[in-house]
Amino acid sequence: MKGYTWRISLIFIFIIASCVYLTPTLVDTLPKWWSGLLPKDKIHLGLDLQGGTHLVMEVETQKAVEGSLDLIATDLEDSLTAQNLRFKKIGRLGGDKVQLTLYDRGSADKVQALVKKKYPDLEALPVFDEGGFVNMQLRINEKEAQVRKDRAVAQALETIRNRIDQFGVSEPVIQREGMNNIVVQLPGIKDPKRAIELIGKTARLEFKLVDETVNAATATVGSIPEDDELLSEKRTDPQTGAVSETPLVVKKKAIITGELLTDAQIRIDSQYNQPYVAIEFNSTGARLFDQVTAANVGKRFAIVLDNNIYSAPVIRERISGGSAQISGSFTEKEAADLAIVLRAGSLPAPVKILQNVTVGPSLGRDSIHKGLMAGLIGVLLVVSFMAMYYKLSGMVANLGMVLNILFLMGALSALGATLTLPGIAAIVLLVGMSVDSNVLIFERIREELRLGKTPHAALDAGYDKAFLTIMDSHVTALITAAVLFQFGTGPVKGFAVSLSLGIIINLFTSLVATKVLFDAFLDRVHVKRLSV
Amino acid sequence: MELLKKTNIDFIGMRKISFLASGLMAIIGLIGIIAIARGTANMGIDFSGGTEMQIKFAQPATTQSIRDALAKSGIKEAELQEITGGNQVLVKMHKSTGKSADQVAEALKAGIPGNTFTVESSTEIGPSIGEKLKQDTLVAVALSMLGIILYIAWRFDFKFGVGAVVATMHDVLAMIAVFYVMHREVNILFITAVLTIAGYSLTDTVVVFDRIRENMHKSIKDPMIVIFNKSINETLSRTIITSVTTFLAAVSLFLFGGEVIHDFAFALVVGVVVATYSSIFVASPIVALWEQHAVETKVEAV
Repeated sequence: MKGYTWRISLIFIFIIASCVYLTPTLVDTLPKWWSGLLPKDKIHLGLDLQGGTHLVMEVETQKAVEGSLDLIATDLEDSLTAQNLRFKKIGRLGGDKVQLTLYDRGSADKVQALVKKKYPDLEALPVFDEGGFVNMQLRINEKEAQVRKDRAVAQALETIRNRIDQFGVSEPVIQREGMNNIVVQLPGIKDPKRAIELIGKTARLEFKLVDETVNAATATVGSIPEDDELLSEKRTDPQTGAVSETPLVVKKKAIITGELLTDAQIRIDSQYNQPYVAIEFNSTGARLFDQVTAANVGKRFAIVLDNNIYSAPVIRERISGGSAQISGSFTEKEAADLAIVLRAGSLPAPVKILQNVTVGPSLGRDSIHKGLMAGLIGVLLVVSFMAMYYKLSGMVANLGMVLNILFLMGALSALGATLTLPGIAAIVLLVGMSVDSNVLIFERIREELRLGKTPHAALDAGYDKAFLTIMDSHVTALITAAVLFQFGTGPVKGFAVSLSLGIIINLFTSLVATKVLFDAFLDRVHVKRLSV
Repeated sequence: MELLKKTNIDFIGMRKISFLASGLMAIIGLIGIIAIARGTANMGIDFSGGTEMQIKFAQPATTQSIRDALAKSGIKEAELQEITGGNQVLVKMHKSTGKSADQVAEALKAGIPGNTFTVESSTEIGPSIGEKLKQDTLVAVALSMLGIILYIAWRFDFKFGVGAVVATMHDVLAMIAVFYVMHREVNILFITAVLTIAGYSLTDTVVVFDRIRENMHKSIKDPMIVIFNKSINETLSRTIITSVTTFLAAVSLFLFGGEVIHDFAFALVVGVVVATYSSIFVASPIVALWEQHAVETKVEAV
């Protein structure tokens, strides 16, 4: 009893576990009895192998802060008007302030009290006189701004997740990365361009009244009233694809925004066979819409999405009931996507695409095929070299190498790690490196044999003396692999995962697995000469 | 079978030639690093920012016709590279051009009518990502070097640690030198290959160092250079064999692994050769000379 039964059992347990974990990957359809605790996931393939789109997006969080300051300004306008406090102007100033211009100090005191009650988080700067008016500034402090930025990213993440879910992508990855970035992975996506447009759209829906007193055709940004803005309506001719732009002057202040929507669905107009998006307001929205349409019959309102006018219909009658429709010159797909973004809600701030990597499915298949091919040839070359050079012992090393790969694949599958093309390269490289430990041991054994030791003594001495060297060399290799893991993204991370797992597993196969084979063999068979 | 019988080569004695060759490599490598820092080397778009597309045509298309089609749509600064097999071409544009993958596809559709194509892959990277990657890479390289010095210094002693790091730096510089001279692309995969080889080279070096340490304990009286030479010769067979097996694996990746990892595999092949060389001709001679010097000064002091 040399105590190698437990080692052999361990090896067999590992072999069985690896095979169990690899079954879902290797078998197309799992048998019926394959259930319960048995693993069902295939090895995760990186986007470079299965095709798909990898996006890194930056949420322009500063815009979110500015947006919330704009909201505060609007809200203050309403509150002051409601309390009969006269003011000249209220608006956002720069990226962190709201400025109120008042007529006298008296009302300034009242306003100050009101602001303090309503917005305790805002810092009120000292009041100062300028050009006969009293100026009051409210500043959002760093910490509060940071909270808003943080919330904006979290909200954007949620909205993007919603949109992707409704768009229908299997196994998407949507993650926050660092302070402002969001990473989106869409495996196997067919129409990446459409998906990117859908995800990246801010989708800020606003209903704004058209200012008919200004002639839009001759208006310039400078010539229009201060509370108006110049937008344009884009129309694409479905036959020619030509885009025409019609300028329109609208009120800056939106009467209704997309936040008041409860639903948006695509419908087809039966008369013209044109797609449109039917929207439903919530109760607040419905009441507002009712009031606004009642007060403005005969006027036009513009339906504005991300500062582009979709359509500007004339209000023919009061619309109650809380439903409306957005029509425009869009295709069915565009209308469907618009309905999705309206349902999922708008992004709290615009997003910018920093990185967009798209791999087609055929390239991915090609990469897998070539990677496996290279691996197979590499294995064959190494196996025949080892068999030639170390004969039977070489075959033991080869067995160790095969176990190494089997365990590595099993571990990748069990840990749910992602296999990328560089990851495959790491495995192929490990084929060459994994025999290294055995080469070290064999060379030692040869030396000990030359000194005249018996096969078994030489074997033990070889393993013993090589042990520290193998440990040292593995630890140093592991240091770099760990650093790569820490800093790498995507494919490189896949490489680091395969490499570090392989190095650890290699320690086991070379020090335990091959040794036990020799031990078991030498114990049973009396050998005069070691085939090394 | 045995490739090498008992050898007795004076490796340390060859240091004049090897140091000269290595020094030259290192200088070219340093020039390469300066070129990389200044962005004048052949940088991958993951560092420089920009757009890269792999396009597969239905029928053969010459690079000239593609270049003309792109130029017609105002895309003039695209680098084109033919990919062997299957009418494929790689289009690369750096951030300065500011053209998107969609624009390239439109230009090709308009400029080469009658030859349909599919976009096999497209990558668009903003400049800020590239900057962050550059910083991360520097930190990664610095951290792994530090980790290595500390580990070797702990397991052996400081002189060995320095020797190992000099040898590893030498390998890194040599790989950069080869890529720089051959004008191959420096991208994140190249850096990955460099760090992998750094780990591999160290494995090689550690094995030789281990033997040196063992022999230093065994024969205290022998001069350092003799001990070092003996150790290198004793481990030579193993060094060569491991290099051969790893080399075989890397070469098969290079030849059969496909276009995506072609340069990566090439870097590995170069790295394996350089790493083997450096563990014999760079790491040990440095430590040997240093130890020798230390012994001599000690003798003089007595």
